[in-house]
This record gives sequence, structure tokens and C-alpha cells, in this order.
Amino acid sequence: MSDAITDQTAPAQGRWWIGLFLVIAVLVAIRAGMGEGMGRVYVQTETTRYASTTNEQGRVAWSAAADGTAGAVTIERDLFRTAGQFRAAESAAPGQQAIRVSWDRTIGLWLAAFFTLAVFSFLAGDNPAYKLTESIVIGVSAGYWMVVAFWETLVPKLLANLAPDMVKAWCMPNLEGGAFNPIALIPLGLGIMLLSQLTPLGRHVGRWPLAFVIGTFAGLKMVSHVESDIIEQVRATMLPLVAFEDDGSFAAWASIRNVLIIVGVLCTLAYFVFSVEHKGAVGRAARVGVWFLMITFGSAFGFTVMGRIALLAARFEFLFIDWLWLIDPKGERAMAVVAAATQLVP
Amino acid sequence: MSGLDRRWIYLAMMLAVALPILWNGVTGKTFPESPTPPSQACFDAIEALPEGSRVLVSFDYDPASEGELAPMATSFMRHLMHKRLKPVVIALWPLGPTKAEETIASVIKTDFPDRVNGKDFVNLGFQTGNEGVLKVIGTDFRKQFPVDRSGTPVDRLPIMDGITKAGDFPLVITISAGYPGGKEWVQYVSSSNPGLVLLAGVTGVQASQVYSYYPGQLRGMLAAIKGAAEYEALVSAAIDGDRVTAPKYTEARRRMAPQLFGHLLLIALIVLGNAMYFAQKRCKAVAP
Repeated sequence: MSDAITDQTAPAQGRWWIGLFLVIAVLVAIRAGMGEGMGRVYVQTETTRYASTTNEQGRVAWSAAADGTAGAVTIERDLFRTAGQFRAAESAAPGQQAIRVSWDRTIGLWLAAFFTLAVFSFLAGDNPAYKLTESIVIGVSAGYWMVVAFWETLVPKLLANLAPDMVKAWCMPNLEGGAFNPIALIPLGLGIMLLSQLTPLGRHVGRWPLAFVIGTFAGLKMVSHVESDIIEQVRATMLPLVAFEDDGSFAAWASIRNVLIIVGVLCTLAYFVFSVEHKGAVGRAARVGVWFLMITFGSAFGFTVMGRIALLAARFEFLFIDWLWLIDPKGERAMAVVAAATQLVP
Repeated sequence: MSGLDRRWIYLAMMLAVALPILWNGVTGKTFPESPTPPSQACFDAIEALPEGSRVLVSFDYDPASEGELAPMATSFMRHLMHKRLKPVVIALWPLGPTKAEETIASVIKTDFPDRVNGKDFVNLGFQTGNEGVLKVIGTDFRKQFPVDRSGTPVDRLPIMDGITKAGDFPLVITISAGYPGGKEWVQYVSSSNPGLVLLAGVTGVQASQVYSYYPGQLRGMLAAIKGAAEYEALVSAAIDGDRVTAPKYTEARRRMAPQLFGHLLLIALIVLGNAMYFAQKRCKAVAP
């Protein structure tokens, strides 16, 4: 680490970083071939048969059914198993197929590791792997939001009110009510008007639903802000400068804390009073207020650092524990520990 | 030094975070935690509830904040189950129900298999609308959450008997990564229900915003991974005593060693940077 490493030596640094990544790639390849290997996901398939019943109100209920029940459907789902459980099963019955490697989930695990490293690679500089990962994250997020908005909002809140019978027959067998609700035509109309923002001619039409949304939220937020962020916060600063314990003795720390809170609030407010020149007592109070503000910003920065390090630690844990199998803090790959846990996993 | 490539700092930070994780993975040791008042208040609020009380738990986060918030969710759920309280889970974030299912599978179905879905706990899923949802559940809970995640009407769930609005829950817990989250729960639920006890587990970024609500509008608060580690230690001490805690219940404490070394590095860099700044300033002042 020296001053010689500057932007003028960028090509040399680029080669250095490429070299570092190649070393990491070789180490990963060696790790993959060592011992019990790395980065595999194990599953066990659970098969359950379900049969449906309909009560007098037309509600459909699904419950587990015995083999041979007429009209029953079979549902298979893969339950996660640990490497230790797999090894225990193999030890008991070599070649068993109950617990097996799930190749699709294993590929998912390796993709997750690749995307994590691709995001980290941005620290060395912008590159195609980072751009690809960024695009995938944005695309997947947008797609997920669309699906959620359709199934959680459009279907149950709009379509279920406009065409309840169709929705009940199509996707919500337990839908209650079942009568056409003309009020739902209002959000439908506003939604269509909002979409007209996409056409050059209909932009003015789209302003009406926007005005409705902004007006509603302004009203909603104004009331709650006044109540919780002004009245309640003012009340929270109405503290006794001399505090006492329940038994009547003097509470020194509580008194100091209260004084600090009150002085901090008043001085910080003094800093934001711009109609009076910051001279004399007001100026001194404002300077103290700046100190309180700086401490607040420092505290916020410290918390942000803590949050970011926690997220980084979580990604490293994923790489070291789930992908590379370097460490095993949960004992998932130890047969002895897993034997008891196997009994508890549903 | 002013020309130092910032990537050396990234590398140093990576080592400061990665090496303690490996050290912890090999030795299994964690640092001891002493609870701060906001974390202790969370623990005490849950301890004060009588057995069988229903608790509204909102999973307001997604995988991006899992590193900080999942350990809190695990500890909250474990504590609630141990006290035989009944969590009613909702989510204001679309991926919240999935995170809730993971916590339920990891804690309830694994360690409390006798608890029955719909009677002892339930996941009512996600509802879109942000603070609109909170405003509505303040007066009519079932209007926003008419069915549970599997489509069963809440009228048929024993755990929902007598629950008509958010204020019917003696305790509400939000595990929050941002908007909507802790701040909105204070603004739309806590303020309009003076008797309701609200606890929040929040990310580091959110902590300084939400801190001003403690202890008045927010009875207790877990601030970032440090708060999670403190609460985890309290719950482990209450449940496990002298026994060894299962590794899945030590996740937050395992992440405190990387915190320590990451912060030490950052403090060292800030001190070094300032020292060099003043040294250079002095050199310029002395130079002719």
C-alpha cells in the first residue's frame, strides 16, 4: 500500500485485479475438488394427496386424503435437507434416493454466488458482469412487482368487485360476497385515466387521478404528521429538569438526560431561526445546536455503517457457509448433529 | 497518501469483515452482549404479556435487508413461541410473507411442532397500500386481511376471534427495513391507539429516524444488528440458561465480530485521514 498506486498506473492495477480474480478462481476450483466438495443443495421429496370438499356456503376446503380417495390430487414438494442429513442417509443406506442433490437449486446457488461476486467486482471498476447482474436484479424486481400487483390488487380488489362470479370460478373459490360493486368502477376509471399519461394526447386526462392520489395522501399524511411528529414529539420534550426515582430519591442520570434533551431541542431550533441574526445569545445557542446536529449526523452515519457491514457479513456468510463450505457454524454438514435435527424437520 | 487507490480500502474492509467470520466459524465463539434500554424494553414488553395473548407481527422487509433483520425476526418468533403467545403475521412489503414463512419454518415448525396453524399462529400475507393499509386496519382489520395466506377466511380462524381492529392486539411488532415500516406504524397505528404497545426492529439506516419515537410512541426498539444481538442474548439467556444455544439462534451475535473489526478499521481510517489533512495543512502553512 503506497502513494505510488495512483490513477496514472491504472493499466497495471487492472492487470493486478485480473490476476487476483484468477487466483480466486483457481482457489475455488481447488476447493471444489477437495474433500466433501462444495455448493450443493439437497432435497427430499414429500408426496401428499389432497381432496377438496364444498360446504353449504359454497366454500371449498382442501385437506389431506388417504390413498385411493376419489378425485384426490397428488402434490409433490421438495423439502430442503442438509449435507449432513444426506451423508447420514447414505451411511445408513448407500445409494439411497430419498435425499438427493437438487440440480436446479444447486445451479441457483452457484448463480447466487456468481451474482454476489459480480456485484463485489464493481469495487474494482465497472464491468460487464456487474452490468449483467444489475440488469437482472432490476428486471426480476419489476417482474415480481407486476405479478404481485396483479394478484394482490387487481384481481381481489378490482376484478372481484366487478365480476365476482368469474373470479370465483377462475381463481378465488373462497371469495365471499359475490355481488357486483359499482363503486369499483371509480378506481377502474381512474386507473384507465392514469394510463393515458403514456399517450401524448391524453396527458391532461392523467392529471386528474394524480391529483386524487396526491390530495388523498396529503390529507392522510398531514393528520398523522401533526399528531405523531409534532404534538407527540413536543409532549416528549416536556420533561422535568430535576427528575426523581419512584422512591423519591434524586435521579441524577435521568435529570442530566432530560436537561440534555431540552437544551438540544432548543439550541437546534435556534439554529433554524433565520429571522433573527445569529449573534449574542441566539448565536451561541445556534452554535451549540450545530454541535447537536453534527452528533446526530454522526450517529446516523455510524448506524448506516453498521447496517452496511451487517449486509456485507451476511453475503460473506453465504459465500463461506452455503457455497464454499469453508465453515459450518450451524453444524449442517456434521452427521452427528444432524441425526437429531432430522427428526424435527417437517 | 492522498493518491491512495480506494480499492485498497475496500480490500482492507473485506478482510476486516471476512476474517472474523472465518474465525467465528472455526472457534464458534461470540462476543458477550449487554442489553441497552431499548432492547431490554422489547424483551420486557413481551415478557409482560399473559400466556395466550395475540401479537400482531409485521414483516416489513425483503431479502435485501435480511442480514440485519432476519435474526431479529427469528428471536422475536422464538420468544413469542416460548411464552406461548400467538403471532398474527402480516406484511406491508411484497416479499414479507416469504420471509415470514421462512421464519415460521425455521422456528415454529422445527422447534415448536405442537403449535397449530390458524390457532396458535397464522400468516395473513401481504396487502398493498402502504400507510393506507395501516389506516384501514386501525378501524377494520378484516377489511384489509379477509383471508390468510392459504385462502382460508379469517372468520374461520380461532386465532382471529374477537379481533376487529389493530388496537385489539395488546402488542404490535414491526420488523422494518424502510418505507412503509417503523415510522408509518408509529404515525398511523401507535398514535391513534394510545394503549397499544409498539415494538420495532429496524435497520441501521432507519434507526436514527425512529429513535426519536422511543420510549413514548415506541415502547422498545432493536436498532440494527447490534440491537438484534442484544435481544438475541436476552432471549437465549431466558430460554437456554446454561445450555448451549442452537446455532440458528446465535446469528446476530456471530455478526458482531465483523462489526467490531469493520468499525475499528473505519475509525482508524477517519483518524488517519484527519491527521494527514491537518499535517498537510501545517506543511503548506510553514512552506514559503
